[in-house]
Amino acid sequence: MSDETLGLNTSGRMRHVLSALVQNQPGVLAHISGMLASRGFNIDSLAVGETEDPHLSRITFVVMGDDRILEQVRKQLEKIVTVVRVIDISREAYVERDLMLIKVEAPPARRAEILSLVQVFRGRIVDVGPDQLMVEISGQERKIEAFIELMRPFGIVELARTGRIALVRSSERSERSDVEFEEEKIVGPVDL
Amino acid sequence: MACLVRHGVEVVFAYPGGASMPMHQALTRVRDRIRTILPRHEQGGIFAAEGYARVTGKPGVVMATSGPGALNLVTGLADAKMDSVPLVAVTGQVPTKVIGTDAFQETPMVEVCRAITKHHYLVQHARDIPRIVKEAFHIASTGRPGPVLIDVPKDIQNTLVPDPDYDPPMDLPGYRLPSPPSAEAVAETVRAIRESRRPIIYCGGGVITAGAAELVRELAERARIPVAMTLQGLGAIPSDHYLSLGMLGMHGTVYANYAINEADLLLALGVRFDDRVTGKLSEFAKHGRIVHVEIDASEINKNKTAHLGICTDVAAFLRALLPKLEPGDYGDWHRQIDAWRAADPMSYDARDDVILPQYVIDTFSKLTRGAFLMSTGVGQHQMWAAQWTNFQKPRTWVTSGGLGSMGYGLPAALGMQAAFPNALVVDIDGDGSFVMNIQELATAYCEKLPVKVILLNNQHLGMVVQWEDRFFASNRAHTYLGPVDHPEAVGQGSGELPEVTYPDFVAIARGFGVAARQIRHKHEVEGALREMIAHDGPYVLDILVPYQEHVLPMIPAGMSVKEIIKS
Repeated sequence: MSDETLGLNTSGRMRHVLSALVQNQPGVLAHISGMLASRGFNIDSLAVGETEDPHLSRITFVVMGDDRILEQVRKQLEKIVTVVRVIDISREAYVERDLMLIKVEAPPARRAEILSLVQVFRGRIVDVGPDQLMVEISGQERKIEAFIELMRPFGIVELARTGRIALVRSSERSERSDVEFEEEKIVGPVDL
Repeated sequence: MACLVRHGVEVVFAYPGGASMPMHQALTRVRDRIRTILPRHEQGGIFAAEGYARVTGKPGVVMATSGPGALNLVTGLADAKMDSVPLVAVTGQVPTKVIGTDAFQETPMVEVCRAITKHHYLVQHARDIPRIVKEAFHIASTGRPGPVLIDVPKDIQNTLVPDPDYDPPMDLPGYRLPSPPSAEAVAETVRAIRESRRPIIYCGGGVITAGAAELVRELAERARIPVAMTLQGLGAIPSDHYLSLGMLGMHGTVYANYAINEADLLLALGVRFDDRVTGKLSEFAKHGRIVHVEIDASEINKNKTAHLGICTDVAAFLRALLPKLEPGDYGDWHRQIDAWRAADPMSYDARDDVILPQYVIDTFSKLTRGAFLMSTGVGQHQMWAAQWTNFQKPRTWVTSGGLGSMGYGLPAALGMQAAFPNALVVDIDGDGSFVMNIQELATAYCEKLPVKVILLNNQHLGMVVQWEDRFFASNRAHTYLGPVDHPEAVGQGSGELPEVTYPDFVAIARGFGVAARQIRHKHEVEGALREMIAHDGPYVLDILVPYQEHVLPMIPAGMSVKEIIKS
């Protein structure tokens, strides 16, 4: 396995994806983000949304740190009364996605070039202006970042990302669906 | 209020205001079952609730109005969080429809208090109150105890709920209590003890909270393992017990710190490896295996990695462990500790020209022989009280440890007295700390709470002075508590006890209706203490002591036992 598959980033610390089920109540997110900030934990990404159960929300964190930091983050999260369950998704087989909207400079002469890149990355054009295009693209973090790098020469006007969301796969068999596999080829080894 | 009655609340410390008046009106209707004590400041109210909780083991209840009233609870909430004190704090809030409009006396209490409470509620529907109160008492008093805030908008206080369900199910899917101790954990601990030649028990506040003091004593006696206690663990076993090493840490005994350092097994029970205990973490107990038994999972491996981390109730763990325990033979280890104890016993100078604070506490301790409840402020006097009191029982010692809140002693004593009206309740205080909540003398007088204050008055902020002496070449930086044009304010005084002290504590106490006396000679101490103890009512004994005295031994912050200062 390469370093990538172990999830090691350049600083040598582990990248973990934590998923917390929390009670869907006002203030829960503020409580959690305040706790993480006041204890000095380094959170790379945080995304929150309702789940299939309207009483519960899911918060997905990407945390950088060694095992000891991760253990503290997890335990401090679990200590919050409104946090129902915390799992370290990156210890399991999982699917991770990030959604981005990106607006790039696209004078008519360069549109075809951009369009072909969007196709390769399985993105969609969601808005067309006289000199700009807005692209919607989703996938793993590295795919999104690769796309950003490719768009840079064209001129990025602005972009917005949701942050990482993730779910554990339901079975070994679904581990490599075709769609997933194609994307992996684009972005390199998958974090399994 | 009916909910409070149903949860067995007997005493509420409550200061009224616009947004909490409906609750106070309701309190008058349950007067026969709940005693409402009016503090003179909300901070006094919450410290009193802490004192009540710590001597009874039941949640203390405090109430305040919105905005400034509620904000005055903040220090107490943080204090209770740090020291794991069960509290339910009820605050008034502006009416629901004006929340968020910067209404008069509006503060977003829940926002302010998230990090310093175990849990918090902003009540949105009156019908939720029975469930919320039930959950609040459950959360405050189970697991690792802590403060719970309930913020109640005024319109909800005024809502009548027809036929309320007082025992609704709780909705706490994320609140779980630790499992009972596993057989493996017990077996591994037994093995660790069997393999050990130099074991020690590092016993903390969690032991007192869990009601496990008796079990720790049994463990120590049966296995013949010495016990070092943290500031909050004092009272777990009697201070004069043959296996007691007294307190460990920054101002702990030399022999306790040596023993921790040399131990090959640390049984860490109900502790959190606080920096005032460990000093430099990498040096702390570095020769020993650590078995850490703690109810709060996040404390295990937080500061110090445990070789065996056991997240469970320490009382349940000890009950499972004791039957499996084999008596150890640690004769060499005991002899080593005795040698350390003989070489560096706890001591203070036998001076007759002044009253040394250690002598006052030592004398009080000998006069009362454990028959007291003691609180303190924060500073030198607190450490001397910890070092020189002979504690006999758990839940007799109440001090602000984690947060170190000055002004804690007097109000905490009031809460302790409210819990045990016939007990001798004494606040060992300093002149800095005492002034911070001196208004509570009014509560002592008006609510007929006959607490005694032993005021160790050195006219300075003694602990800061001590650090100035040790680390800042005795440069006095706002640590003299008299007028700024006095030579002592810049360290140019004679250093003698002054003829006239500031402020005039005797006059202040009398102004509040409280008896008081000032003494300055050693021969007066015992008689004055007896007079204070015998006095029927609250009493302030103002004792002049020299500010040059240091709390020793001392391991400077962030250092290890190697750097211990003995004299």
